[in-house]
Amino acid sequence: MYAFEPSEEQQMLIDVVKRFAENDIRPVARDAEEGDDYSPDLIEKGWELGILQASVPEEYGGFGDYSALTGVLAMEELAWGDMAAAMAVMTPSLFALPILLAGNEDQKQSYLPPLVEAEWQPYTAALIEPHFDFDPGDLRTTAVMEGDAYVINGEKIYVPFAEGAEAFLVYANLDGQTQGFIVPAELEGITVGERSKLLGINALPNYTVTFKDVRIPAGNRLGGSEGHDFAPVITSARLGMAAIGLGVARAAFEYSRDYAKEREVFGVKVAQKQAIAFMLAEMATEIEAIRLLTWEAAWMVDNGHPDAFKQAYLAHTSAMDMAMMVTDRAVQILGGHGYIREYPVEMWMRNGRGIANLLGMAMI
Amino acid sequence: MIDFSTPKPIEKQMVALKTVAENMMRPVSRYFDEHEHEVPWDYINFMHMAMRQTGAGSLAPKEKKSADEKKKYPPIGYQSLAFMLEMLSWGDVGMYLVTPGGGLGAAAVEAAGTPEQKAKFLARFKGEKPTFAAMAMTEPHCGSDTSAIRTTAVLDPETNEWVLNGEKIFVTAGHKALELSEGFVVVWATIDPSARHAGMRPFVVEAGTPGVKVTKLEHKMGIRASDTAAIVLQDARVPYDHILGSPEVIKEKTTKGFKGAMATFDATRPLVAATGVGVARAALELLKEMLAEQGVEIRYGLPRNKLTAIEREIIDMEAMLRSAWLLVIKAVWMADNRKHNPLEASMSKLRAGDVVTKITQRAVELMGPLGYSRQYLLEKWFRDAKITDIYEGTGQINRLVVARNVLGYRGSQLR
Ligand SMILES: Cc1cc2nc3c(=O)[nH]c(=O)nc-3n(C[C@H](O)[C@H](O)[C@H](O)COP(=O)(O)OP(=O)(O)OC[C@H]3O[C@@H](n4cnc5c(N)ncnc54)[C@H](O)[C@@H]3O)c2cc1C
Repeated sequence: MYAFEPSEEQQMLIDVVKRFAENDIRPVARDAEEGDDYSPDLIEKGWELGILQASVPEEYGGFGDYSALTGVLAMEELAWGDMAAAMAVMTPSLFALPILLAGNEDQKQSYLPPLVEAEWQPYTAALIEPHFDFDPGDLRTTAVMEGDAYVINGEKIYVPFAEGAEAFLVYANLDGQTQGFIVPAELEGITVGERSKLLGINALPNYTVTFKDVRIPAGNRLGGSEGHDFAPVITSARLGMAAIGLGVARAAFEYSRDYAKEREVFGVKVAQKQAIAFMLAEMATEIEAIRLLTWEAAWMVDNGHPDAFKQAYLAHTSAMDMAMMVTDRAVQILGGHGYIREYPVEMWMRNGRGIANLLGMAMI
Repeated sequence: MIDFSTPKPIEKQMVALKTVAENMMRPVSRYFDEHEHEVPWDYINFMHMAMRQTGAGSLAPKEKKSADEKKKYPPIGYQSLAFMLEMLSWGDVGMYLVTPGGGLGAAAVEAAGTPEQKAKFLARFKGEKPTFAAMAMTEPHCGSDTSAIRTTAVLDPETNEWVLNGEKIFVTAGHKALELSEGFVVVWATIDPSARHAGMRPFVVEAGTPGVKVTKLEHKMGIRASDTAAIVLQDARVPYDHILGSPEVIKEKTTKGFKGAMATFDATRPLVAATGVGVARAALELLKEMLAEQGVEIRYGLPRNKLTAIEREIIDMEAMLRSAWLLVIKAVWMADNRKHNPLEASMSKLRAGDVVTKITQRAVELMGPLGYSRQYLLEKWFRDAKITDIYEGTGQINRLVVARNVLGYRGSQLR
């Protein structure tokens, strides 16, 4: 039976995240982007909203069942505050969710409770690699079985909070398949390089990390000796990015809409000009369309639907276009002012582009 | 709750409808495209019989359910209609448009009529013979600007009848409603031309009314199985109670009459969007089949910059179509649940108009020389799909509606 209203519990979560995004993130987002970063206090406060915790069952230290849909709803709100903040707050999910979705019982027991029950800690993941045709399903970082260990070699970029991280979930190519490996940070052969400077989300500390002959006990392969299916992991990443795209786009849409109702040109409000009003109509329609696509994909995940993988792919693919289109137009609607860093829309446009490029840096 | 599962009764209904689409529509789709103004009676008679038996999809009034029953089965009437229209349009949208049962005319009565009027005017669709209804707003000099209509209705105090004068064009199923069945046309006329919107009222004009004449059947780019009629009204007299709505509304010079028309659109726009989605799905499915025969495989999951151009197109089209369909479902779900949905209705219509034209146009392009051939239905669907962006409010008009809604503007603030 179709229904399009979040449950009471979901709505409560949406409301608290929204308040946090509005009152805590928004006021400092620009300064964070310009070099201040987010304070550990703010990140901790975001962590305590319990978005991840609500998706982890009690036996592993959380207080709910995994729901991609609830995650999507929360992530949109968080990213509406700021994309980098959303990614920073949720960085430990990059480590925890794959273990929850694809780990074996042992791994869940040993890694989840200490992560989920404690305050925010820099657990992170390394997926993205530095080449234009980076493909999560065809990685250049390799894992090779040697005796009772896997040996990992390769270079990863955009690893959030790599500096000072407790542990990484590293994705590597094992016999042509993408597999995750739980890699404690203190192992030999791991080098955390320079912090990367990006087009957007500069408030998210992220680093190049190289793995040189890093030996990992066989038991640290995600899912155990049999390994795991990569589909649920990448699906969760796609939904995470799609949800962030929705949040960023909605922020840009709302801001440019309100601006267009204030600003006057040729004796009327900018919004009264059809060229602008039609752009706003299309932006609103596009956001709603892609939101429904993303919700449906998440709903499919939660219901074990066989098309979930494909649908999440479609949702992410269209979210990247939607986010770019909406944020670009938001800048256009503000005219020259849109190009000035006193206004937030140029930042959202830079961030919006990242929905396409940063797959793997957020999960729900 | 957020739920994307199709209600069971709808799933059941779809099996039968697919059979109809495959067996009653597709085999004659090309024939009726090439024989414009011939009537697909086999399909019409079959649908009439089927709907009489099941009551499914008929817009005729349904017996009121008890409150108890309502709780158990949330209303899904519009959802079920959207699915039905999508599937029949997947079969052939031109033929779907001549499905008996009242179409836009009955929808107007449903939206604006009193219970007595609904009973009186809608009962005929359950009769022996297939019966049609139509809705006539557009005139030669105005389409989008409905407030500019010139057809007049003047009350004759002696007979207590309305006297209608004017010309209507582009009336879908107008010929079938007035000349091929005992149907009716809901004619929009003004009781006070100076009052613009406030003067507009819908009148039920039945087949056989003296002074009403179908003067022309259009020749069209697509949807050729559907008759598009011009109708002239010359001193056409209809009884007083053929004005739709309650008496207060009739007397007061308010915009309620116009709002009645708009309320009809809130219900019908997503349904028209659904028909477009059906056409585009047909095109996309055939396109994928033809490509698969040539060994083209779509590799879902690859980064975009590793996809071939064709794969990328197909993936984009699938996402566009699915999201357009979900907008339709949300809009009709709101209608079913009595939620005010002008924003969502127009969103679904404008997006469907955009994506179904794009998809059918690209499908023709991607099949190269074959796409252009009348040997395949792709070129037909290209022609059929375009109407989605034109009637029931053009893409531009629906953008206006969406923009006014998101901006909180009245019509006068954004024209
Ligand atoms: C096959 C077919 C079936 C139809 N069936 C019916 C029917 O059953 N009943 C019925 O009443 N009508 C019907 N119509 C009419 C249809 O609804 C109108 O054609 C449509 O509303 C557009 O009106 P128009 O053709 O007069 O175009 P116009 O209103 O003249 O518009 C011309 C162009 O201007 C744009 N435009 C208009 N106003 C604005 C504005 N304010 N801002 C920006 N752009 C604007 C339009 O989008 C369009 O691009 C049918 C039409 C066709 C072709």
